Parts: sequence; C-alpha cells; structure tokens
Amino acid sequence: MSVVRLPGLITTDDRVSGPPSRWDYAADRTFRALAQTGVWLLLILLGVILWEIGGKATAGIRDYGLGFLTSTTWDVGRQQFGILPHIWGTLYSSLLALAIGGFFGVVMAIFLTQDFLPPQLAQVFRTVVELLAAIPSVVYGLWGLFVVVPALRPVAGWLFETLGWIPLFGTTLSGPGLAPASLVLAIMILPTVAAISQDALRLVPYKVKEAAYGMGTTKWEAILKVMLPTAATGIFGALVLGFGRALGETMALAMLIGNSSQISLSLFAPANTLAALLALNFPEAGKREVEVLMYAALVLLAITLLVNMAGEAIMALSARKTKS
Amino acid sequence: MRRVSTTCVLAGFVLALLAGPVAAQDSLRLTGSGATFPFPLYSAWFKAFSGKHKGVTVDYQGKGSGAGIRDFINRTVDFAASDAAMTDEEISKVPGGVQLLPMTGGEIVLGYNLPGNPKGLKLPRDVYTGIFLGRITKWSDPKLKAANPGVNLPDTDITVVRRADSSGTTFVFTSHLSAISEEWKKGPGAGTTVNWPKSDKFVASPKNDGVSATIKQTPGAIGYLEFAFAKFAKLEMAELQNKAGQYVAPGGEGGPAALAGVQLPGDLRAWVTDPDGPKAYPVATYTWMLFYKENKDPKKAAAIRELVEFCLNDGQKMSAQMGYIALPANVAAAVKKAAASIQ
Repeated sequence: MSVVRLPGLITTDDRVSGPPSRWDYAADRTFRALAQTGVWLLLILLGVILWEIGGKATAGIRDYGLGFLTSTTWDVGRQQFGILPHIWGTLYSSLLALAIGGFFGVVMAIFLTQDFLPPQLAQVFRTVVELLAAIPSVVYGLWGLFVVVPALRPVAGWLFETLGWIPLFGTTLSGPGLAPASLVLAIMILPTVAAISQDALRLVPYKVKEAAYGMGTTKWEAILKVMLPTAATGIFGALVLGFGRALGETMALAMLIGNSSQISLSLFAPANTLAALLALNFPEAGKREVEVLMYAALVLLAITLLVNMAGEAIMALSARKTKS
Repeated sequence: MRRVSTTCVLAGFVLALLAGPVAAQDSLRLTGSGATFPFPLYSAWFKAFSGKHKGVTVDYQGKGSGAGIRDFINRTVDFAASDAAMTDEEISKVPGGVQLLPMTGGEIVLGYNLPGNPKGLKLPRDVYTGIFLGRITKWSDPKLKAANPGVNLPDTDITVVRRADSSGTTFVFTSHLSAISEEWKKGPGAGTTVNWPKSDKFVASPKNDGVSATIKQTPGAIGYLEFAFAKFAKLEMAELQNKAGQYVAPGGEGGPAALAGVQLPGDLRAWVTDPDGPKAYPVATYTWMLFYKENKDPKKAAAIRELVEFCLNDGQKMSAQMGYIALPANVAAAVKKAAASIQ
C-alpha cells in the first residue's frame, strides 16, 4: 500500500514531488485508525444487538424450539405461540412489493437516464421520486387506508367475481389486506430502487452506448442488450436493498395488512408480518411474551440476513458469468 | 440543534436547583402513567386540578395499562392507571401495599358501517357472539333480520374489526363474551389479546382510532371500541341485548345502571362482565387508578388525596359530558373512604 496523499496538502505545498513528509504519514495513519475504529464499532454494535436479542430470546427458544416456526397459533392466554403466518405474510408481501416496486423502479431509472427526457425535466422527476422516500411511514399507512383501499375495493370485487377460481383472487377485499399493503409497500421501496438503479445506469460510460449505436443497434436494443446487462450488478443491488426495506417496514403495514394470523394465497385476504407483530405487541407484553417476541425478532433478523447473503451470492455468480 | 436545547434544559435545571429551594418546596409534581382509554378524561381532570391548586402539577402519560403497571411496580411514577386493575401477583410485588381506586367507567360499543346508515341496529346476545365467533357471516342472516324488522339489511359479508395490539378494551369485551357464551369461553376465552377465529373477514387495527377508521372505511364492518372514540368518529352504534332481554343503546342511562348493579368488594376490584337490571348496558367497566399505600413524602401523599377528592367531586361532573360513566354515589363514597389509606 502506497501512501495516499490528501490533495489539499499537495496544492498548498510548492513541492510537486518528493518523499511523503512526517505530516503526510500522520494524516494517513490517523485516517486509517479512524476508519478502522468505525468498522470495528459497527461490528461490535451488530454483535451487541444480536447478543441482547438472543439473550432475551433464549428462554423462548428453549421452550418453543423449532415448533415456533411451523405452528400457526398466537394465543397469549393459552401460552401458545407460532409465527408461520407471520413469516409467510412477511415474505409474501415483500415479494409482491418487490415485483411491483422493482419493475417500476428500474423502468423509471431507464426513463430518467437514457435520454428520454431533456436533462432539466429528468432532474425534476428525479427529485420527485426521491421525495417519496421522505414521507413518514404513518402517512403512507393513512393514505393506504383512506385512498388505496377504497380505490382497490371495486377492482378486487370484480376480480373475485370473474376470476374467483384462481386462488390469488379467492376472497373479496374487506378492508385492510395483503393487496393494499403490498401496493403501498411497493411505493415505499420505489425511491430506493429507482435511485440506486439510476446510479448504476449512469456509471456505464457513455462511450459504451455510443459504441452500441455505432454498431447499428436501435435505442431499445442498446438499452436492453448493452446498458442493462452492464449495469446489472448495481440494479440487482438496488433490488436487494429494496427487498430488505420491505421486509422490515412496520407502521404502514401494521395499519394496512389486517393483522390476521392466517395463511392464504389470496391477495385480498388479511395477513400479518413479523415487524407488525413486534410493533403491536411489545408495549403491553408480559415476561413470557417478550421472550417469544424476541425470538420472532431474531427470526426476522435471520430472514433479512439470508436475503442479503443470497443477493450477494447471486451477484457474485452473475459477475463470474459475465467475465467468462 | 438538539444538543443546544439539551444544554439549555440542563443549564435551566442547574439554575433552578441553585436558585430555587423555596420555589421547589411549594411546587409539587405528580407523575402517572397507564391506560389510554381514560386518557382524554384524565388529562382534562388534571388540568382543571392544577388550575385550582397552585403549585401542584400532574403529568399523565397514556402508555397503555400494562406499561402503567410496570412503571408502578418499578416505582418510576407516583400513581398509575389501568383498565384491568392489577392482579394479586402484581400487587404482591409492591412493598407497602397498593390502593386500587375505580375513578370512572366506560362502555364498549359495537360500531358498524352499513349502507344507508341505519341507526340503532338491535343485536341479540347470540347474534353478536355469533358474529365474533365467525358463525354469522352475512348481514342478511335470518337472526339479524328477525331482530330488526323494517331495517334494510344488505346481502353483504360481515367484516369483523378487532384490536391488533393487546388492550384493556379487548379484555373487557372478551370477558363479557366469555360470561354469556360457553362456546366463547372454551374457544377464544378472555384476555388482553385472544386467539380470534381464523377468517378472511376478521381484520385487526392498532388502537381505538385505528379500529374506528377501519370501520368507517369498510362497508359491512362491525367492531368493538370505547364509546368516547366511537362518538368522536360519529360511528353508528348497535343496541345490545342485556341479561334481562332488553335492548339498550350505549351513552345513556345504561352505563351507570350497569355499574350500579355490581357490589364492589373491599379491594374495590370487580368486573362487570354481565350486569343485571333491565336498563343496564351489557358491556361496561370500571377503570382504576393505582396508588401506593406508603408514600415516602407525606406532602405528596396529601396532594394525592386532594387529587382523588377533586376527581370524585368536580371530576365526576365532567365524566358524563366526555362520554364516560360517572361513578354511582355509593361507589364514590366507598372510594373516598378508601383513599384515606394513601399515606
């Protein structure tokens, strides 16, 4: 490792080249020490969180074991706890949100970066999309309850009547349910996906595109066959991040998903998620409940970790493929 | 910004400590936490009390009954409030003893949303238990039609809205259902959260406001919530059949009649699971404040006794206006007597 010199130090010096001074070494070492402390602190923090949650969950894990993950009853009075419906609801709603929000996010990124709009207008759109990220979760929840649900109800009713034999549309929408929750969730992850995909697309050198045009491709061929594959790793990273956000989203979902511990394929049935379960039950939880809720929190953490690891693995795999 | 304001607060605090031993002596601060359901009433009471008694301020935080009890056991507050009183086990954790005082009462209503907003829907006992057990699933059910001749009931599904968080409201409502239905008692039972029937038509929302918003947004919905919240949201409320077979609307004479029918034991802890009397509204409850029998500071104890006295005299007049039930005269007298044990 050679010593990286800070640009400010070079310009104030009249010396153009020469061995690094003592000051250079000191600045370099301090920076390195700071960065290392930061990384270690981050790791320690993660460790402490895991230790805390794990420590409080041990009693729950000991008493309920793996059955906790596969049983479907949550009954505080009878001390029966199971989170299969919550795991199902978390994954189902997040995947749906990823499908919708991911698609629109990537499309939007293409639209805003591939010269479809004059640059000023594209900037305006970009700001608007990024503004979506600043809206608080509760506002999304209220908006979902008062706007999305009433708007969705006639559509859901029609789908149930004409296509009711498909399990996806097997019930009518009564109010809160999986479909409105996933739609709102999709809008919530949209800015994340769109912003990071845009960065990925913008990082592809313009010359690559010019070269594609030079070879006689149409605009769409250039986008689909050259730009997207080149930016694929970044876009995939955007999707993984969006999925992670969807998994952990709490308040809007607690208001919209219906919080019903059941497993149903239907888009219009109420469901439940782990994050909503935790948020709604912690404030009044007794000792035993806190233990099992901590267990549930650990499961949520594990799911998020698995998703991220799977994302990394797929990215590494695709990177190897494109190289060979 | 935050750091600046923290510094200001700290500086102010230090100044107050240095400059005001005299001021600190005659200004007394009582803190409490607990139930959210009487929160609007309690905050009105405490504001009026502080206005009348210069130098005494009362802070109350509506965190939920369970959280209030926890604070009370940990001695981080001067008093607490709970819709579910306290269990014997919880009481045993407080050295010196606990004085439970019922301060006001409330009704739990069934709010509904039907096309055309028919008023005063009548619900027989087996019908509303049936609805919450998931047995009666259509508004056009023959039993509902029989109880409501002349009301145009649509052929839509009944959507049941319940509380998603654990709550005293759920406890009172499910205790009532357990008292009137064997099937409910053996099935979901009574508790702050219970195992509700699994159905597409059962949805849950957080807090009283969440339930009222969901009912308002969902045609064909019915759900249980506190009267004051339903009144505030302008929901239609059902008339429920009581033990004597009469249909009683909430918000009138039914609440006080329900509470008056119950004999309070010595510890002033009693549940009105199924009140007698032809005028009684069937789902009503007391809500309690919790006090230490032994307070370290005699001045504080005196202020607390004054506070209780105020709530029992002036406070009860405000209860009825705000949608709560004023304590029956005999109960108020018993509470006044019991308050003397707060020392």
